Amino acid sequence: MRLTLEFGGGLELLCNSVKIHEVNVDPEAEGNKLTMKNLLSWVRTNLIKERPEMFMKGDTVRPGVLVLVNDCDWELSGQLETVLEEKDVVVFISTLHGG
Amino acid sequence: MAMDSNGAVETAADVRREISSLEKAKAQIEDRISALQARLNSYGLEDGSEKTNCSAPPPAEDLFSGKLSADMIYRYSRHLLLPSFGVDAQANLLKSSVLVIGAGGLGSPALLYLAACGVGSVGIVDNDVVELNNLHRQIIHSEAYIGRSKVESAAAACRGINSTVQIVEHKEAFRTSNALEIMRKYDIVVDATDNVPSRYMISDCCVVLGKPLISGAALGLEGQLTVYNYNGGPCYRCLFPTPPPTTACQRCADSGVLGVVPGIIGCLQALEAIKVAGAVGEPLSGRMLLFDALSARIRVVKIRGRSSQCEACGENATLTEQQFCNFDYEKFTQTPLSTSPLKLQLLPPEARITSKEYNEINKKGEPHILIDVRPAHHYKIISLPNSLNIPLGSLEGGLPEISAALEVNKAGDNSRDSSLYVICRRGNDSQRAVDCLHKMGFTSAKDIIGGLESWAHDVDPKFPTY
Ligand SMILES: [Zn+2]
Repeated sequence: MRLTLEFGGGLELLCNSVKIHEVNVDPEAEGNKLTMKNLLSWVRTNLIKERPEMFMKGDTVRPGVLVLVNDCDWELSGQLETVLEEKDVVVFISTLHGG
Repeated sequence: MAMDSNGAVETAADVRREISSLEKAKAQIEDRISALQARLNSYGLEDGSEKTNCSAPPPAEDLFSGKLSADMIYRYSRHLLLPSFGVDAQANLLKSSVLVIGAGGLGSPALLYLAACGVGSVGIVDNDVVELNNLHRQIIHSEAYIGRSKVESAAAACRGINSTVQIVEHKEAFRTSNALEIMRKYDIVVDATDNVPSRYMISDCCVVLGKPLISGAALGLEGQLTVYNYNGGPCYRCLFPTPPPTTACQRCADSGVLGVVPGIIGCLQALEAIKVAGAVGEPLSGRMLLFDALSARIRVVKIRGRSSQCEACGENATLTEQQFCNFDYEKFTQTPLSTSPLKLQLLPPEARITSKEYNEINKKGEPHILIDVRPAHHYKIISLPNSLNIPLGSLEGGLPEISAALEVNKAGDNSRDSSLYVICRRGNDSQRAVDCLHKMGFTSAKDIIGGLESWAHDVDPKFPTY
């Protein structure tokens, strides 16, 4: 499944400072579905190059990270259970506090 | 043609130009006098005995009969000409009051626009003084104000733009002890602060007092903007119930920020405040604007609504004024409210030396290796001569390089082992590095207390700081 993943707010530093990743992720065998839960573990294994604790805590993202699926807060689509579709755009963004 | 006192040739054109520039200045002064006259008139017959109520909306009794004074019509004419803004929205602005917390990178443009556009009363909260390294982004301040209060500086700039707006100076840090008292007097709050505990504190205070919150943030080359606690929308805690780990909270003083980035977000904060105050358009509630300066992209995303579970604004939340006053935001976020940098105490005293002691060692020509563990782009700004740059992040990979350097020194002076010193910007990362070196077997490693900042302070005042 082709997806566009974007990292921002400093999270890109965990993936060699690359913000946009065009990726191809295989759905899980059962039901041929890909959920956000599957995607997070794929990202952790394949894209995060350092300090994984800055990206995840337990099986979800760490506090202070917003996850947007097609420009929409994943809270509105079922968080970890969100089912992804071909060409979805998933954004991971760390909140900023500077000013 | 004539010679002026400096001996330069003066032409009629020069004189005409000077006259025209003086005429312009005269017109500006007259405008200012008439604005002040209008303000004075509003105090009515109480000649000189005006009330000192800070939150009072601006004068002009005309407002209440739905009309603007002649001066106001002229000053705000371009607003009045907008069909979707017009007299009604302008009258709403003139009656409203906005509190801007933080007169820094975000607050600077926000304050300038809020004063210019005719918000009735603008409050400014800040406890800092203007520093030279603020001026690249905090455009409300000027060189003449370096060393003086940011609030005084910002207030003077606002008054210079619009003497008819009431500017209220709060020269203090925003804390739970004064937050309610300060915020209560205003209709709208702009969060232009730069740290996590302040963001939770300001949001909670807005929930307790029922004020809409225009929240902006900027760091590096990115900015974020949203409106909290407005029209049933979410508050900061709805979005971020748990504070981020302290290691995820970067500061402009450490990570850098391109000046125009907070400028853009601050302008957008002024815009959202104007929309809320003027009761026009669709304020950015339930949505968040993400700005990426490098790729020139703005993305507006939909965020969750008010959370029924929220500890501040949710269904079962009972956040009272008293609870707010007693809440320890520094403990909750593990971050100090003040922006003063962290002073880590990681190493025992015998593993540390002062910059003065290091200077003596250097002057005596004692063989040693000096490792600078700052990131390479910091090292490029300025460094001590003969230091070796091995950034903290790649210290382990740099161990062979350190061993090799120590060997070379040993070969030169076989009598004793050469020493290993570690320096960074402020003396925190150098301690982390020494701790790591000790564990890797470099037991003689010592850190230079206070880093390059203390070198500049105690040894070489000409050494640049940043
Ligand atoms: Zn809430």
